Amino acid sequence: MLNIKERARYARHLSLPEIGEKGQKKIWKSRILIVGAGGLGSPAAYYLAASGVGTLGLIDADIVELSNLQRQILHFTGDLGHLKTESAAQKLTMLNPGARIISYPARLTSGNARKILHDFDFIIDATDSFSSKLVIANACHALKKPYSHGGILRFSGQTMTVIPGKTACYRCIFELPPGDSQIARGPLGAVPGVIGSIQAIEALKYLLRKGSLLTNRLLIFNALEMRFREVPLKINPACRLCARH
Amino acid sequence: MNILVNGEKRENRKGKTLAGLVKNFNPSNKRVAVLLNDDLIPRDRQAAQLLKEGDRVEILTFAGGG
Repeated sequence: MLNIKERARYARHLSLPEIGEKGQKKIWKSRILIVGAGGLGSPAAYYLAASGVGTLGLIDADIVELSNLQRQILHFTGDLGHLKTESAAQKLTMLNPGARIISYPARLTSGNARKILHDFDFIIDATDSFSSKLVIANACHALKKPYSHGGILRFSGQTMTVIPGKTACYRCIFELPPGDSQIARGPLGAVPGVIGSIQAIEALKYLLRKGSLLTNRLLIFNALEMRFREVPLKINPACRLCARH
Repeated sequence: MNILVNGEKRENRKGKTLAGLVKNFNPSNKRVAVLLNDDLIPRDRQAAQLLKEGDRVEILTFAGGG
């Protein structure tokens, strides 16, 4: 049973027939891991903590730098030089003291990924490197953990949700990391805000088993033209991960 | 010959290959993912792939930022 304060805090969720008290309890019992406490991870973490996700894991090895503050809204000027996981945990606890925040001030690698991902229900890829995105895709596939991919480039972003073994995965399309290193330009600060928020929504929809997930579709956001485009996807029979099924 | 590239209609001469089209869109030869009618076509198969009327091509760039 929700207490009076919880009823008030989640009143707008409780008023939605798709959520209600039953759905809110599901959200409360869930465990979501956000890999990367930066541009994508900030909005995703804020909305998931505010929504009443009971356990939020955050993994990031970096410290807060001045150039992060243009878009990574979990971190404030006073947090410069602090671990991003510490800065994030502090804000999220202020927002919702009921949420349990588990911090991993480390880099997700093929060595530690399975151990860390194991206890979570849904993974949000909010990382800023291809190598990390591949680590997440590989580990989620091995553990059959659903995940949301998110990526940002200049004025655009892309996202897709993956149910490993059942829907097209990140590596069905992006088999290998690009050989050429991208020049770090951008992004426009609010672009990851849009994509990270979509990732949070997908996690909640997965927990609630409501609506249609962003599976077998890559959603591409072009902020300059202000357009969303959807690219239909299917499991690639030659995919390094999915072909084994 | 009309095809759709990244959701937009394009006119192309007959006999155009997928590799040729990708080169037009990606002159700096960055790594991209290329889908033809929803199927991923690996780079080594793009030169032999002729385009036909009504084909849908997606040339997807890697968005690695977060």
